[in-house]
Amino acid sequence: MPEPTHTSLATRLSGSVRWDTTVGALLIVLLLCSFSFVDNFGNALNVSFLIGNTLPIALIALPMTMLVVSGEVDLSVGSTVGLSSAVMGSLWNNGMAIETIIPLCLLLGLVCGLVNGLLVTRLGLPSLAVTIGTMAAYRGIAQIVLGSDSVTDFPGQYLDFGAGRFGDTFIPYAALPLVILFAIAVVVLHGSRLGRSLFAIGAGEEAARFSGIRVKRLKLSMFVTTGALSALTGVFWTLHYASARYDNATGLELSVIAAVLLGGIDFDGGKGTLGGAIAGVFLLGTLQNVMSLLNVSAQSQILVTGVLLVISVLAPRIGRQMATARARRKSAAAPPAVPAAP
Amino acid sequence: MNRTVTVRTRRLTLAVAVAVALATAATACGGTTKSDTRKEDGKPAAVGTADPNAPLKKGLTVAFLPKQVNNPYFTTADAAGKKALQELGSAYKEAGTSSGTDTAGQVSYVNTLTQQQVDAIAVSAQDPGALCTALKQAMKNGVSVVTYDSDTKTDCRNIFVSQASAEDLGRSQVQLLAKQIGNKGEIAILSAAQTATNQNTWIDYMKDELKKPAYKDIKLVKTAYGDDDAQKSFQQTQGLLQEHPNLKGIISPTTVGIKAAAQYLSGSKYKGKVELTGLGTPNDMRAYVKNGTVNAFELWDPAKLGALAAHTAVALESGRITGREGEKFEAGELGEFTIGKDSVVSLSTPTVFDKKNIDDFDF
Repeated sequence: MPEPTHTSLATRLSGSVRWDTTVGALLIVLLLCSFSFVDNFGNALNVSFLIGNTLPIALIALPMTMLVVSGEVDLSVGSTVGLSSAVMGSLWNNGMAIETIIPLCLLLGLVCGLVNGLLVTRLGLPSLAVTIGTMAAYRGIAQIVLGSDSVTDFPGQYLDFGAGRFGDTFIPYAALPLVILFAIAVVVLHGSRLGRSLFAIGAGEEAARFSGIRVKRLKLSMFVTTGALSALTGVFWTLHYASARYDNATGLELSVIAAVLLGGIDFDGGKGTLGGAIAGVFLLGTLQNVMSLLNVSAQSQILVTGVLLVISVLAPRIGRQMATARARRKSAAAPPAVPAAP
Repeated sequence: MNRTVTVRTRRLTLAVAVAVALATAATACGGTTKSDTRKEDGKPAAVGTADPNAPLKKGLTVAFLPKQVNNPYFTTADAAGKKALQELGSAYKEAGTSSGTDTAGQVSYVNTLTQQQVDAIAVSAQDPGALCTALKQAMKNGVSVVTYDSDTKTDCRNIFVSQASAEDLGRSQVQLLAKQIGNKGEIAILSAAQTATNQNTWIDYMKDELKKPAYKDIKLVKTAYGDDDAQKSFQQTQGLLQEHPNLKGIISPTTVGIKAAAQYLSGSKYKGKVELTGLGTPNDMRAYVKNGTVNAFELWDPAKLGALAAHTAVALESGRITGREGEKFEAGELGEFTIGKDSVVSLSTPTVFDKKNIDDFDF
C-alpha cells in the first residue's frame, strides 16, 4: 500500500471510494451484463479469444504501472515488441534454433530498456522525450532487420502454445506466465521495500533521494524490466499471430498507457495499484470484444474508448476537489508539511 | 555511494548476461530450427465434391472484412458486395479495423465473426500468415472463407478472388509509364506498407518487366513506402524529388499513394514535368487528370471485385463449387468464371483511365 505522501493537501484527501476499486467494479458489472445479454460472448472459446488478444497489453502494463508510479513513462514498448518480433523472424530465417532465439530476444529487450534507462537517469532527460525518440529508433531498426518480410513458418508446437488453450476451457496456455508475472509484480510493488521506494520516488524525487533511496538505480532497473517484458510480449505476439513483422504491435504503447490511465494510475507519479491497472486492461479488452460482437463499427469503438478515458481522468479529480472543498469548509486548511532538509 | 551503485549495477548486468549466455549455449547445440519444420504443402482447403446444379442457398449471412474500413476503395467494393448479396437473397455485414496495418485487430474480427456464426467471410488480408490460425478455426466451424484483393497463404482460405492477375497489373503499370516518359530516365515507386503482400508482388513484376531490353534506359532509383497514409505518402513524394531531381516518373500502385503524390505534384514546380501513374480511383484522380498533373492511370473496377467476392462466397456455401481447379460458376451479370491454380478466381485485365474516358466512371 502506498504510504501517505507529503505533496499537497489535495492528494492527501482522496475521495471516499478509491478509483481502482471503481474500475474493478465496472469490469465485474460489464462481465455480468455481457454474460447475460450478449450473444456468443459467454462461451469458453470467445473468452479465450478475449484473454489472448488482451494478453500483450496486460503483460506490458505490469512494468509500465511501476514506471508510471515512479513518475516516468516508456513510449517505446510497442516498438520493442516489433523489434523483438522482427529479430525473431530474421534469426529463424537464418536457421537458428527457436530455443536460442527466444533468450536472445529477451536479451535484446534488456538492452532496449537499458538504453532508455541510461538516457533518462545518466543524462537526466525526461523519459517522455527519450522514449519518443527510441520508439522511432527501435521501429526503424526492426524495419532494417526484417524489411518487408512476414515470417510465418514457426514450429507447430510453439505456435500452438501461442494460440492454443487448455482443452476446451477459456484459459489460453499463454495466460499462465501472465498470472505468475502478475503475482510477482504485486508482491514487488505492494509488498516490498522496492515497491515502497518506487511510490516514494513518484511522490517526490528529492525527498526520496534524501531518505537514502537509490533513485537512479531503481529507475534504471524499471526501464530494463519494461524492455525485457516488451521483448517477451514480442515473442508471444509472433507466436500468437503466427507472424513476425516489423510493424507488429504498432500503437500498442497507447493501448497500454490508456489501460494504465483507466486503472487509476496517476501520471504525476506516486499513486496507483497493479490491480487497478489490470482491471483497466481487461475493461478495455472486454469492451472491445463486446462492441465487436454487437457490430459496433471500429470508429465508434475508438470514440467509446476515448470518452471512457476522459471520464477516468476527470472522475477522481472531481472526487478529490469535492473532498477538498468539504475539508476546507470543516476546518481551516492545515499548512502542507514541508519535508525537513537533513 | 555512487561508486558502489555503478559497481553493483555492473555486477547485476554481468550476472544477467552470463545467465543468458549459458542458456543460449545450452540450447544452441539442440533445438528446433527452420530446417526441422516441414514445409506445409499448402493445399487450399477444398472439401467434398462440387455440385454445379445445387440450388443457391438464400438467407445466408456473408461478412465482409476489408483491410481497412473507411477506405474509399473498399467502401466501393463492399457496397457492390452488399448489392449482389441482396439480389441473391442473403444478408451482408461489414466489420474491420480503421487502420490498414492492425493485424491483431483483424484477427480479433475473424474471431468475432466465427463467434457470431456467419455463413461466410470475405476478407482482404493485411498479412498472409497472421490470419491463418483464426481463419482455420472459422473453417473448422463451418464458415466458408473467401479472400479478395489481398490473399492469405493458400491453405487458410477456400478461394481467392483476385482483382486481375498480379503479373498483368505489375507489367502494365511499367508499360504505361514507359510510354509517358519515352522509355528513358529515372523512375521511382511509391508503395503502401513495406509488408503489403499484393503491392510487393506487383513490384516484383514491375522490376521483372524493367529487365526487358526495351526499357534499358529506364532506371528504377528507389522504392519509397507511404504506408497508405496520405500525409506520409505526400512527404515521401517530396523526399523522392529532393533526392532525385532528375526523376522522370513515379509509379504508385496504391490508391492512397497515387492521390497523395498527385496532390504534391500539382502544387509543385514538377507539375507536368514528372509523370505519375499507378493504381487510383477515377473520383480521387479526376481533378489531377483535368489539371494536367496526371495523364493516365489504371485500376480494375473494385465494384466488380466486391460483387464477385459475394457471388463466390454464396456459390461456395451452396456447394456449387469447392475451390478445385477447373470448377466453373455463374456470377450473375459478371458472367461465368473458372477457378484456376491454387483456387484463384481472377476478375479481368485492368482498365486505363485518361482524359477521354474518366468521366464515364463514378467510384
